[in-house]
Amino acid sequence: MKKIGVFVCHCGINIASTVDIPKLVEDLKNYPGVAYIQDYKYMCSDPGQTLVKEKIKSEKLDAIVVAACSPTLHENTFRMAVQTVDMNPYNCEIANIREQCSWVHKNITEATEKAKRIIKSVVEKALLDEDLEPVKVPVTRKALVLGGGIAGIQSALSIANSGYDVILVERQSSIGGRMAQLSETFPTLDCSQCILTPKMVDAGQHENIRLMTYSELEDISGFVGNFKVKIKQKAKYVNWDKCTGCGLCIEKCPKKVPSEFDQGLGKRKAVYTPFPQAVPNKPVIDCENCTYFKTGKCRLCEKVCPFDAIDFNETESFIEEEVGAIVVATGYDVYPVLNMSEYGGGKIPDVIDGLTFERILSASGPSGGEVRRPSDGKIPKEIVFIKCVGSRDPENHYPYCSKICCMYTTKHAMLYKHRVHDGQPYIFYMDVRAGGKGYEEFYQRAQEEDKVVFLRGKVSKVYQDDDKVVVCGIDTLSGSNVEIRADLVVLAMAIRPSKGIEELAQLLKISIDQNGFLTEAHPKLRPVESLSAGIYLAGCAQAPKDIPDTVAQATATAAMVLNLFSREYLLHEPIITGVDEELCSGCGLCIAVCPYDARKTNREKGVVEVNEILCEACGACAAACPSGAAQQRNFTDTQFSNMVKAILAE
Amino acid sequence: MQLSYYPGCTLKTDAKNFEKSALAVLEHLGVSVDELADWYCCGVCFSQTRDNLMQQIAPVRTLVKAKESGNRQLLALCTMCYNTLKRSIEFIKDDAEKMETIHQFMDLETTQFYGNEVDVVDILTLIKQIGLEKLKNSIVKTDAGLKIASYYGCMLLRPKEIAIDSPDDPVIMEEILASAGCENVYFPFRTECCGSYQIVNEPEIVKDRTRKIVGSAVKNGADLMVMLCPLCYFNLDEIQQDIQKEDKSFQTIPVLYITQLLALLMGLKPDIHDFSLHSIDPRPVLKMKGLL
Repeated sequence: MKKIGVFVCHCGINIASTVDIPKLVEDLKNYPGVAYIQDYKYMCSDPGQTLVKEKIKSEKLDAIVVAACSPTLHENTFRMAVQTVDMNPYNCEIANIREQCSWVHKNITEATEKAKRIIKSVVEKALLDEDLEPVKVPVTRKALVLGGGIAGIQSALSIANSGYDVILVERQSSIGGRMAQLSETFPTLDCSQCILTPKMVDAGQHENIRLMTYSELEDISGFVGNFKVKIKQKAKYVNWDKCTGCGLCIEKCPKKVPSEFDQGLGKRKAVYTPFPQAVPNKPVIDCENCTYFKTGKCRLCEKVCPFDAIDFNETESFIEEEVGAIVVATGYDVYPVLNMSEYGGGKIPDVIDGLTFERILSASGPSGGEVRRPSDGKIPKEIVFIKCVGSRDPENHYPYCSKICCMYTTKHAMLYKHRVHDGQPYIFYMDVRAGGKGYEEFYQRAQEEDKVVFLRGKVSKVYQDDDKVVVCGIDTLSGSNVEIRADLVVLAMAIRPSKGIEELAQLLKISIDQNGFLTEAHPKLRPVESLSAGIYLAGCAQAPKDIPDTVAQATATAAMVLNLFSREYLLHEPIITGVDEELCSGCGLCIAVCPYDARKTNREKGVVEVNEILCEACGACAAACPSGAAQQRNFTDTQFSNMVKAILAE
Repeated sequence: MQLSYYPGCTLKTDAKNFEKSALAVLEHLGVSVDELADWYCCGVCFSQTRDNLMQQIAPVRTLVKAKESGNRQLLALCTMCYNTLKRSIEFIKDDAEKMETIHQFMDLETTQFYGNEVDVVDILTLIKQIGLEKLKNSIVKTDAGLKIASYYGCMLLRPKEIAIDSPDDPVIMEEILASAGCENVYFPFRTECCGSYQIVNEPEIVKDRTRKIVGSAVKNGADLMVMLCPLCYFNLDEIQQDIQKEDKSFQTIPVLYITQLLALLMGLKPDIHDFSLHSIDPRPVLKMKGLL
C-alpha cells in the first residue's frame, strides 16, 4: 500500500474555529494508508510548504493529501512544491475542508465529522493515483485578431511588429471601427482620424498582417496553440485584385441610401466605401440596395469600371487557416435611442445619440463639421446633453456605467461651444466621473473656460413643442425644477457589446457576463485573458472603456500572444480520458458524446482512440461507455467507488 | 364572461357617470359584472405608502369578499381603488406570516385568503381582454372624426409592479380609441401628475398642473380629453373653470371618462351620462360631432 501523508491546515481560524483539528488528526492517524499526519496554522505559507517537503523526504511518502481550501486556490501551489522533492505532482491531492465544510457549517461536532469523511475519501483517491506526465503540444506561431477597430489594429500591429504573422478579420469593408467615426478625442482634442488613419495604413501595408475585411469567423476547432479557423468573406461583387480604388463606380452609381458611417445623417451609394480614408480603399456593392440586384437593370458601375473589376457573379468565399492564438476585439454598439421613449428617442428628430453628434462635429461628417441639427439644418443655440441614458439604470435598462460618456459629453459641449460661440450647452449628470490622466482638468476647463452649465439631476421628460425640444429635469443642487427649451438634445446612450457577440462567444467557447460583455479570466489579475486558453480580449467587447484603456489592453493582448509564441511547446494537462483496449468494443458511443472531437475509431484494431491533446477530460465519454473502457486518469471508476464508500462508511 | 365588481366610494357619488357608462359599455360588450354584495372602503392609495400591516385590513377584507364571490377577476373602475387593491395583494402575497396577522384582526371573515386567488383588473385591460375587434364592431358612430387626448394620470401606471402599461410611454388608451375609430392626439403631458390631493391644501399646484396638461392637449388639437381616474377628473375638469375665471384667454377642453365616450360611440342611451356633473360642458362638442 502507498504511504500517504496528510497535512491539515487551520487556515488561521477559517477552518480551526469550526473543525476540531486535534480530534481530526487523532481520528485519522490510523486510517489505512495514512502513514503520517500533521496539522499547521497556514499550510500554504513558506514554512508550511517546507514542512510538507521535509516530511515527504523523511517519512518516504508516496503521495500527500493537503486538507485545506479549494483546489482552485492552492492545488497548483502544493503540486509545484512536491515536484521540488521529486514527487510526481499528480500524487498531491487537495481535500477541501474550508469552502465545502468549515465555511458553511456552524456545529463543530458535525463539521469535524464531515471534514474527516472528506479527507478519508481523498486518501482513498490518492491511494490509486498514478504518476502522470504532461502532454507536449507544438505551437502555431500565427495569430488571429477578430475586429478591426483601434483595439484590433493595435493588437495586430504589436504582434506583427514582433515578427509573427497576423490575420486581421473585420466585418465591415474597412478597418477603423468606431474610432474612425469620432470627431476629436478627449482630453487632448486631437483629431481622431488624424491619429487613427496612419495606424490603419500601417496595418493595411504590414508584411506580416493579412487583412481580411468584409469577413467573419465562420468556424473554429482545436485548442491553444493549434486552432483551425474558417473565415468567410462576404460577396463584395468587386474583384479587389483588379480594383484600384479609383472611385469611378461610386461616382456613377445612381442609388443613394443612408450612410451607416454617418449614423444615417448623410448618404452613401449602393457601391461604396464607408469613408474616404478606408483601408483597404476598395468598394463593395451592397446587394440589398443595389438597383441591379433589386430590378435586374442598371450595371452602370460595370460599364464605367476601367479595370473590369465589377463582378456580379462573385460569391462568398472561405479560407481555412491554422493559428496559435486569438484576440477578440469586436467592439461596441450604441444602445438605440428608440429604447428611451420618455426622452423622445426615435420620435423627435432632434433627439440624437452621442455617436451621431460625433458625426455632426466631425470635419469629415455630413455637415463638414458645422453644428447643424438633423430636423431642419438650423444651428442649435441651446443644446442639452443628458448623461447615463440606459446606463446605471438597473431597473429599466443596464446597471453598469458606460464609462466613456462623462468625458465625451464634456468634450461635445466644449467642441460645440468652440463652433457656436453664442450657443449655450447644458449637461444633466448623475455624477461626473473624470478619473484619468488629464480628465479632471479637462472637465474643469469645460466649466470655467467654455461656460458649460452642469446640472446635477435627472431628466424626467423630453418633448417637442413647435420647433423646440423641451427638456424637463431637476437640478438637485439648487433643489429646483428646470425646464430648458432646447434646439437639440444629445443622449449619452449606454454602450453595448456589438451585435452577434453571443454567437461569437458560443463559437469560441468563451463566456459572456450578465450584461453581454466577454468575461475575463480574473477581474484584476488576468484582465486580458478569456477562460479559454489562447483566447484573449481587448477593447469594449470586454467592458466599456475609452481609447487609452483600449490601446493599453490591446497591447497587453499582444504581450500575452507573444508570451505564448515564445514557448517551444505547450504542456497539456495529462488528466484525460483514455481507452482500455482490452475492454473497448469499438461501439463508438463515446465518440458521439465527445464535445471536443477528441475520439475516433481505429478500424484496424476495432477500438476507439483518443487524441490526448484535444481531450479536456470532461468525462462525458466515461459516463457513456457501457463497458468501463473509458476511464479518466486518476478519476477511475474504482477510485470514485472507493471515495464514495469512504464517505458513507459508518 | 363573468366577473365581480368593486365600485368604491366615488363611483357611487361624484363619479356616477363613470360607473353608469362603464357598466353599460361592458353590458353592450356581453360582459356581466356582479357588484360585491358587501364591500368596504379600499383604504385609498396612501394606505400603501406605509409599511403598516393594519392598513392592509381594509383592502384584504374586500379581497376576501371577492374570493367568496367565486369569480376569479375583480373589476375596480376607480383607478385609485385598482391601485390600492392590487398593491395590497403585492404586499401580502407569498407571505404567510403577514396573512396570518391580518386574519387575526378579521373577526367576520371566515374564508382563508392567500393573496393569489383574486385578479384585480382595470377596465382598459378588461376591454383589451374582451377584444379590440369586438369593440370595433360595437361602434356605430364610426364617422365622428373626434380628436382625443388620452390622459393617464399615475394610478394605473405606477408603481411598476402593478402598472397596466409602460409607465413612461403607455399606449393602451390610444389602442382602444383607435379601435373605436377616434384619432389620437399625442400630447407630452399625458402621464404628468395632476397634483392629486394637493387640491386640498395647495390648490395653486393643481391649477398650474391643469393649465399645463389642458394647455398641451388643446395646443395639440384635441376636441376632448378622456381619462379614468375620478380625482384627475375633478382636478382637470372643475379646476379649468377656476383658471378661466382668473384668465379669460385660457382655452378649456371638455373632459369625459373614457367609458362615456365609448358609450356615445356605441350609440347607447345618453341618459346614462348626467352631464350636469361636468364643469366644462361637453355637450356642444358632442353635438357638433354628431354624438348627441
